[in-house]
Amino acid sequence: MSRKPKVAIHKFSSCDGCQLAFLNLGEDLLALSRQVEIVHFAEAGPVNEEIPVDIAFVEGSISTPADRPRIEKIRHNSRFLITMGACATSGGIQALRNMADTNAWIGAIYARPDFIDSLDDSTAIARHVKVDFELWGCPVNSQQILSCVCALLSGVLPVDQHDSLCQQCKQQGLACLMVSQGLACLGPVTRAGCGALCPSLGRGCYGCYGPAENPNGPALAQRFMQLGLSAEETRRRFLFINSAAPAFNETGLKLPDAKPQGER
Amino acid sequence: MSATSHSPVFLHHNDLQQLLQILQHDGYTCIGPQVRDGVIHYDHIDTVEQLPRGYGQHQQPGHYQLEPAGHDRYFAWANGPQALKPWLFSPREALWQCQAGEDKLAFEQVAAEDDPLAVFGVRACDIAALYLHDKHFLQQTHRDPGYRSRRQNLLLVAVNCSHPAETCFCASTGDGPEVHYGHDLVLSELSEGFIVQAHTEKGLSILARLPAETASQSRIAAAQASSRAAAEQQGRRLPSQDLQAALFANLDHPRWEDIARRCLSCGNCTSVCPTCFCHREFDEPSLDGQTSTHYRQWDSCFNQGHSYIHGITLRAETRLRYRQWLTHKLGSWHQQYGRSGCVGCGRCISWCPVGIDLTAEASLICTGSEA
Amino acid sequence: MNSPYLPQEARIIERIEESPGLFTLRLHFTEPKRQEAYHFEPGQFNMLYLYGVGEIPISIVSDPKDEHIIDHTIRAVGRVSQAMSRLKTGQSIGLRGPFGRGWPLQTAEGRDVVVVTGGLGCAPVVSVINYIQHRRERFGKLNIVQGVKHSSDFIWKERYDHWRQMPDTTVLLAADRGDPIWPWHVGRVTDLFDQLDFDPANVSVMLCGPEGMMHVVARQMLERNVNENEIWLSMERNMQCAVGHCGHCQYGAHFICKNGPVFSYAELQPLFGQPGF
Repeated sequence: MSRKPKVAIHKFSSCDGCQLAFLNLGEDLLALSRQVEIVHFAEAGPVNEEIPVDIAFVEGSISTPADRPRIEKIRHNSRFLITMGACATSGGIQALRNMADTNAWIGAIYARPDFIDSLDDSTAIARHVKVDFELWGCPVNSQQILSCVCALLSGVLPVDQHDSLCQQCKQQGLACLMVSQGLACLGPVTRAGCGALCPSLGRGCYGCYGPAENPNGPALAQRFMQLGLSAEETRRRFLFINSAAPAFNETGLKLPDAKPQGER
Repeated sequence: MSATSHSPVFLHHNDLQQLLQILQHDGYTCIGPQVRDGVIHYDHIDTVEQLPRGYGQHQQPGHYQLEPAGHDRYFAWANGPQALKPWLFSPREALWQCQAGEDKLAFEQVAAEDDPLAVFGVRACDIAALYLHDKHFLQQTHRDPGYRSRRQNLLLVAVNCSHPAETCFCASTGDGPEVHYGHDLVLSELSEGFIVQAHTEKGLSILARLPAETASQSRIAAAQASSRAAAEQQGRRLPSQDLQAALFANLDHPRWEDIARRCLSCGNCTSVCPTCFCHREFDEPSLDGQTSTHYRQWDSCFNQGHSYIHGITLRAETRLRYRQWLTHKLGSWHQQYGRSGCVGCGRCISWCPVGIDLTAEASLICTGSEA
Repeated sequence: MNSPYLPQEARIIERIEESPGLFTLRLHFTEPKRQEAYHFEPGQFNMLYLYGVGEIPISIVSDPKDEHIIDHTIRAVGRVSQAMSRLKTGQSIGLRGPFGRGWPLQTAEGRDVVVVTGGLGCAPVVSVINYIQHRRERFGKLNIVQGVKHSSDFIWKERYDHWRQMPDTTVLLAADRGDPIWPWHVGRVTDLFDQLDFDPANVSVMLCGPEGMMHVVARQMLERNVNENEIWLSMERNMQCAVGHCGHCQYGAHFICKNGPVFSYAELQPLFGQPGF
């Protein structure tokens, strides 16, 4: 490419954490800015939401009526549209409301519910427009962003890392926490990419990178219950950060719900 | 390596540090078992104080727990999740780099680390697995340079296994618990020390420098009895028949589907298996577009990408992936390398998060009943 | 020690657009000594490397006698091959090879040869036909049968016209779906087998194409009393290292990359046609 590719970073319903993957690049951010021109990145400075770009990174889920026309416009203006993070890719933590009575929640939380204009559900970007590549994670890390940009600059999409986290965990010399500590860990059904961050700190994976390519949720759920989790606790493991990702959703919804709908 | 005959010697527990010091003096980086995160793990050691002295462990399908052994032996435990494999066949390794200029490319091999390594406490099953990897990576038309340089500089201080786990079945594969080949030195641990034997010239030269005495007949007999007991203790075994023929005759067995309902397809079994050699290759280009590094990384037949070929996944279902694993490990390996790909270490049983037992599954598929 | 994994730089002497999505890269090692030392047999393949993206196995379509060029005809279907299709003449790529066992052309000498291909281009057998063309007197009757899904997929018409002019050579073409100007058969390649001219007791059959098609053709050849050791197939699997190390291309006990990619029907038994291998 003779000119520098233009990059935009958009935000929808989200915590802004994935955008930090750019800011956390450190020196690589300078290297990145030599390769691409970041034309829209509200969190960092430049604001030009409507400019046509080569690569649009989208953070956040579609959760208000205004989000829909906005994402369509972004799609129209972008050669490649890449979602980053659990919100944009599965609906995120806020998709928990998809299983509840949204209006009841709004009424319970906000002093002036009439100020809130929210859709009944929080949905992934791919439910609304074509997405060229999805970066999973809550949040995504800088390495994912860099690999993605490098691949696109090389004229290809990144390789989808959809194998189980277990393998990344073992490649780092970690021992299985479920086997050695009896801890419930979603690693076997979760895609790799985080570098086994939680298991390396002695904590079971909570699935923030979304379902692996061939997950067997029911078998793992059964194992969690053998390890002493209740059905309700097991359900909450699957219905958490990526509750709307189909593989987690189906597994979770098959388990009994001990709490009435709408309860926090 | 020529077999070396000498009288076994006896080394007191208190003198084990001397063995480590001789190895360090000879320029070896020493790797040994130690307790980390609740498991026995192989990593760099500087002193025998780091060894898992006094530990035992309990293993069952899907379960591993360290526990105090009630004595102060160094090696009274069966293998943890890994031992030799990651040191020879690295989980992730750069193979070469490519520098890109204006319409030009220059390729350069990435030098493999080749520090002489001495590994302490290696078991017979892992030596058998090492020999299988030697066949795969070194004894074919094309040889793996990285594996070769690490292998050439490897010294093994083996240990005859005295405390097999419930998941071990090396006696039935013929690979243990006693060490018969591949080592430089072998230790048989008794309550107050070790019977030490050398198997190579290198081993002999180390042994000659140990503060050791000739082993008494009673100690030798005790060590032999310990190995016999370790074999007899093993409850699991593989069916004793032509598994290659039996497995390939049962490709449509309903048990494959039954396993697939339990199997997480997570690849833990292939990660801990000391003979699994599959790896993928991929590139990591630098952001400036000037250098790309070509890596390899452990892969698994439980991954979709393993059987992917332009638009088609040949093994989309877990049933077919597990079947690929088992028919290869216990079946086609015979044709490829003249023996089974299983060395009876039992890791795939202990470290399967849902406790799928390969010996039981193989038995059901091949003979119709659990072993 | 030389690494079997390390590519060498090769220059794209010419890039030929064969049809939409199908292109040929004509390569030459940058290092003259490397080019001089390079020899291959029809049916073998090279690993081609695109900077920053990765390697893919591609069979060699040029004549082994030609010491100056190495031709690869590539379908732009995957991540690497699509990006590779954007390369231009004068650019460099990485090349290592040749790998694998090719077609049994020495043992096929003195015999009739039937070449059946399906799909686009079917590069692995073009080298066979080129090879026989240049040594025509050493072989018996030559039958070339090419099947395509749609008549518009048919490429290299001039080559087939040229091959048709060779002595003792039958060229038959079939398209599953033809347009009104398709002059040849509409239907399956196997419909044409009655028109083949060969001695079943003295023939080498060489197949290349989708496995389902090769399966059907092989069975028909067996029914026509061709020996299963004389039916040869070019197999494809996921190949990453090309030297039998990475494990992806295993087919039962075979490593397609080093034991093949060309196998006799007998060698592929009993797995051929079995899903999941």
